[in-house]
Amino acid sequence: MTLIEAIENLDWQALQLSLLLAFVTTSILLLIGTPMAWWLAHSKSRLKSTAEAVISLPLVLPPTVLGFYLLIFLGPYGWLGGAWVTITGHALSFRFSGLVIASVIYSLPFVVQPLQRAFETIGTKPLEAAATLGATPWDTFKNVAFPLARGGYLTATILGFAHTLGEFGVVLMVGGNIPGQTQVISIAIYDHVESLEYTQAHTLSAILLLLSFASLIFVNAFNRRTPIGIP
Amino acid sequence: MKFEARFNLSKGDFTLTSQLSTSISGVTGLFGTSGSGKTTFLRCLAGLEQNSQGYISVADDIWQDDSKGIFLPPHQRPVGLVFQESRLFEHLNVADNLLFGRQRSKIKNDSISWDVVVEILELGNLLKRYPQGLSGGEQQRVAIGRAILTNPKMLIMDEPLASMDQTGSRRILSFILSLQNQLQIPILHVSHNMGEILQLADFLAIMEQGKIIATGPVGDMITRLDLPLAHRNDASTVLTAKVVNHDPAYHLSTLEFGYPTQTLYIANNNLTIGENVRVRIFARDVSLTLDHPNNTSILNLFTAEVDEISNQNPAQYMVKLMVGNNPILARITKKSLEALAIKKGLSLIAQVKSIALER
Repeated sequence: MTLIEAIENLDWQALQLSLLLAFVTTSILLLIGTPMAWWLAHSKSRLKSTAEAVISLPLVLPPTVLGFYLLIFLGPYGWLGGAWVTITGHALSFRFSGLVIASVIYSLPFVVQPLQRAFETIGTKPLEAAATLGATPWDTFKNVAFPLARGGYLTATILGFAHTLGEFGVVLMVGGNIPGQTQVISIAIYDHVESLEYTQAHTLSAILLLLSFASLIFVNAFNRRTPIGIP
Repeated sequence: MKFEARFNLSKGDFTLTSQLSTSISGVTGLFGTSGSGKTTFLRCLAGLEQNSQGYISVADDIWQDDSKGIFLPPHQRPVGLVFQESRLFEHLNVADNLLFGRQRSKIKNDSISWDVVVEILELGNLLKRYPQGLSGGEQQRVAIGRAILTNPKMLIMDEPLASMDQTGSRRILSFILSLQNQLQIPILHVSHNMGEILQLADFLAIMEQGKIIATGPVGDMITRLDLPLAHRNDASTVLTAKVVNHDPAYHLSTLEFGYPTQTLYIANNNLTIGENVRVRIFARDVSLTLDHPNNTSILNLFTAEVDEISNQNPAQYMVKLMVGNNPILARITKKSLEALAIKKGLSLIAQVKSIALER
């Protein structure tokens, strides 16, 4: 098989859907993960260890278990799914929007943990210094904490993106296998293998492998070059 | 500038209940041993301790008054705080660090000039560099510059010299003195180092176990026998004296101090005639005699009157003498005290073995 044939036979739809899902999920995660990580890094609340455990749960829970609970939760009779049906007329399960919610929960620790570690490394000292120099809390976050946490943000983005790109169990449970709607790249690979289409499976797998490897190289190179963030 | 602060704060098993009410100008020293609550006190002033209860007013502005529910957050308090560690922003170069507070300052009249601060602190060559590449002394100079460039109502320094060697800290001390001389900004300088306080401060507050136990002019505070400073091993007096004459043959300078005017001699240290200098006399270097000695190698002899006597340990006493209007401390043995029958009001001669120039 030539390269041109491989590209022609490529499952563009699945690849596109995966990238879109990863992009949307990572963006949402960076937005909601920042305040969560900030709170975990600075709070002395007794609820902190419980919150940490809940956020880390996707790391240890079998994806099918998580997927099963999410399917029930997002389905037409579920708490969120039911509400969604009343508002929009359709359920969240077996739809792209459902996949986004599931991926956000599934990839949460991969974004929150690097951010939390970055904020903990910065500590409160530069933040107090900024406050005494007249910076409001938001100003301090934007111009001191965020630039100092750049390495953490890069790691969080890449890990969140790569992890969402590679998920299988949760997606299969919540989204099923509808081409163009919920069939992501990992499920397409599984499909191809099931129907003994090894060439297509090879191409897609190689793309995922290269993408993951390249992103990790990039993160490592960045973190080595700028241990704390000299431009 | 009027300054009043009263706080209550409990942190674990430490309780701060301090008040300081004074007219602040020049350099005010806040002295106390480690763990006496100095840093916590400063943090309360800067608004960094949100659980503190109390009242702060500086000049005519109220920064905190919990009885009225007023608590200005740190970024609204016009105070420059120099931390023990420099706390520079590592992602910004020196110039941007210096500008960080200045750009956010509410006081835009620029009473404190960028050029003057950069010149006094010798920051010109550092502006493009990043904090990681600076020595400890350089970092602390940038931190002092960063705080003062915000045009603060007062500058607070929390042992900025703690992590520095002697040469380095002497250099920074002279920078602080020239900043104070040229910019006339009130400074609250915290330290557990007596020498540092004596070189810098005009006014002193003493802190012990979370309480400010005494405040007053430095000369009084360090010689009051009811306060701990007069009982330390390095107990001493500080005098301000004026250089009046040089004797090139013996390489000695003549200085005058106090009222009625007293004369003292000090090895010539390139002093200028007419200059006012601070000299320090350690209690351990002062001995007492009832009669004026005729043949002695000691040059500095003062007629003095015993003002107060305090027992230090079973063997030693601290005697506070008045030389004119200046107090001087002498540490003597119990044996000598009894042999000379030293008591309050007695007139005698204080022989001073050595006098240290503080600057």
